[in-house]
Amino acid sequence: MAKILLDIAISITLLSLLVSLIRFILGPEKVNRIIAFDVMSVSGIALIAYVAALSQRIIYMDIALVYGILGFIGVIIVARYIEKGL
Amino acid sequence: MDNNWIEITGGILAIGGSIFLFLGSLGLLRMPDAYNRIQTGTKASTLGTILSLAGLFFFFPGWFGKFMILILFVLITNPISSHVLARAAYFTGVPLTRKTTVDQLNESLNEDPSRRAHLRKVSTNTEEDKI
Repeated sequence: MAKILLDIAISITLLSLLVSLIRFILGPEKVNRIIAFDVMSVSGIALIAYVAALSQRIIYMDIALVYGILGFIGVIIVARYIEKGL
Repeated sequence: MDNNWIEITGGILAIGGSIFLFLGSLGLLRMPDAYNRIQTGTKASTLGTILSLAGLFFFFPGWFGKFMILILFVLITNPISSHVLARAAYFTGVPLTRKTTVDQLNESLNEDPSRRAHLRKVSTNTEEDKI
């Protein structure tokens, strides 16, 4: 029963990643694309946590933390690049 | 029997979090403006990720430290990234939508010319690009 609820949650999260990928593809400027990338990286943290719960390995939570740090640094760097240039 | 009900509660919390994630990216697709997209995307995805991690905590109570580290990390870094994105979008001249009624940053910059001079020095690149 509870595993079915987790499967439903994983499929809804994958659907949200797909919807924000559409905005990533057709966003009119650099700014919209980096907004979509921010939302996708934060959703990816939840998705990696779901994978860790399904495979029952705690080491995947560390991977989620490192993925979140890399996504955050990437968003900050691209935003500063848009504002001031290299 | 008790353990089963605890896991069902966690599953319902996780489904609520994933519904928040889905609504956030749906707003990302439908909003008319870059600033509205920042608003819906970052706030809804913050709440959705925190609810999903809190739902998974009911399945694995032994992983409390990892979940708390991830929740605190998302709670700290997501407002910073949305602030930096909104600042970059405003100073590079991304247009507001037509339905905008008030732009308080533009009004305060018109009142105080010294701040505008500082901000022009910040965003010289885009003005050269517009010319």
